[in-house]
Amino acid sequence: MITQKLITKRCGAIDPHNIDSSIQAGAYSILAKVLDKTPLSVIEEIKKSKIRGRGGAGFPAHVKMMGLYQEQSPQKYVVCNADEGEPGNFKDRYLMEKDPHQILEGMLIAAYATGATKGYVYIRGEYQESIQIMKNAIVQAYEKGFLGQHVLGRSFAFDLEVRSGAGSYVCGEEFSLLESIEGKAGRTRVKPPFPTSKGLFMKPTLINNVETFANYPVIMDLSGAKYAEIGTPTSTGTKLISLSGNIRNKGVFEVPFGVPFRQIIDELGGGIPNGRSLKMVQLGGVCGPIIPEYLIDMIVDYERFEVFESKTGAGAIIVIDDHQDLFSILENISDFFAHESCGKCTPCREGHAQIKKTLNQFIHFKACEKDLASLESQARIMHQTSLCGLGQSAPTSIISALYFFRNTFFDRINASNCQEVSS
Amino acid sequence: MNQTASIVQRFPKTEDYLIEILLEVQKNNPLHYLSEADMHTVATYLNLPDSRVSGVVDFYSFFSTKPRGKYVIQVCNNVPCFINHSGAIIDTLRQLLGISFHETTQDGLFTLEPTSCLGHCDEAPVIRINDDLYTGLDPEKVTRIITDYRDREGKK
Repeated sequence: MITQKLITKRCGAIDPHNIDSSIQAGAYSILAKVLDKTPLSVIEEIKKSKIRGRGGAGFPAHVKMMGLYQEQSPQKYVVCNADEGEPGNFKDRYLMEKDPHQILEGMLIAAYATGATKGYVYIRGEYQESIQIMKNAIVQAYEKGFLGQHVLGRSFAFDLEVRSGAGSYVCGEEFSLLESIEGKAGRTRVKPPFPTSKGLFMKPTLINNVETFANYPVIMDLSGAKYAEIGTPTSTGTKLISLSGNIRNKGVFEVPFGVPFRQIIDELGGGIPNGRSLKMVQLGGVCGPIIPEYLIDMIVDYERFEVFESKTGAGAIIVIDDHQDLFSILENISDFFAHESCGKCTPCREGHAQIKKTLNQFIHFKACEKDLASLESQARIMHQTSLCGLGQSAPTSIISALYFFRNTFFDRINASNCQEVSS
Repeated sequence: MNQTASIVQRFPKTEDYLIEILLEVQKNNPLHYLSEADMHTVATYLNLPDSRVSGVVDFYSFFSTKPRGKYVIQVCNNVPCFINHSGAIIDTLRQLLGISFHETTQDGLFTLEPTSCLGHCDEAPVIRINDDLYTGLDPEKVTRIITDYRDREGKK
């Protein structure tokens, strides 16, 4: 079996609505041991584990933690980013709805290590069930003394509350998310300063993804060194994969880093149904690259993700069969980003309108060779000149498709009734 | 005291609760929207200018400043649903209801809307009707669901 259950070991085995069921299965037992250590030694274990952020960008977790630890401020915050808005990703929802206390325990460990006394879990508004489960988990954790002024009777204080998103993709970006917790429109801030020095309410703030927090109890249990032996030397631990699309077994799977995508698709996914075959795979969600079948032997790790200059590290795999039309998929993605673009910068705002127009030529069999050149330059310009990650990653699917499926574009041009209009 | 005024008082009187308050007010409105009066009540409670509140309402797609139907039907058409034939679900709903996206049926029962990914890609295609999620859909299932809603309403 290629799955390795570290952070999903309790998922499905406990009642997420009942803290006693979680405690019996081991929840909060690691926290008790962590509170006997010094904060610095906790950060040292995280450093030894070599864990990188699981939200997509893959930033080394201990660097942020150390940054917050070193800030001299009476008020520091820990924020859990549960704004899982990238289509094709649903692993954070899975963790919240199957084992909420593991996330709380991870946040408590991070707060203890960094000196934070208040935390927020920011959950996208679409996840109503996750919000209910996490709110209930927090109430029960207070009752048991895991949260509050004296965590487990110690002098360590940590308060936690849930905040709901209200339908905004860009709020998954860390500064937009903080603005939203502050009750404002989710418009990003200029960096630096980074959140670890000036974050929520302009106070030092640690922001991690749900899956990253879920890993902290596991690391503290195993030890950093033991954890670092799992996966590959540079991408340690396990990764949750959200598997969807045209595949038999869809769902969330936990695999160690280093497993080839093909093995996930064939063994865990059970292959492509309805007698069809695999045509392409989109990695990371709709902001990620679309790759051809011959590339899926590559392994799951951060180095491979970085090749695509896009935040593909969240672990979504969208499998697409040979009955799907590439151009319709690109149009769908383009529509999504056009809707989510905030309109602040020109390349993103105007670029989507232009890209849509050009894609339409291909969809309606009217494309000429010049349309291919236009699409290429429109996508590149948006990628290189947009103000934030949304506009920068929005054309990734097009750029990758132009690279890996260039013949599909030429085939469409050849099949098209190209009517060159002199302008 | 009207309903909105009593809802806002359940929240701490600090600015960062603005979105939480607006969500709760809208949730308690049977027409799933925020009226100008509602927004003014919230603004007054938090001691904010009305423009600060409407700026937030405009930004987030959950908020509506126009009355919606008793049942808001939200359809996901993002890639994982799209390649699992959400297009057929949208066509079926349009036909059954006789409306397009962002429109409400004449009887005021249904509003049809697109939604961002609902995170149930492993059960695609999916729709949400108010707080209820429907997964693994095909045109027949959707037709049955809408018929059920109509039957229930007819009996009242």
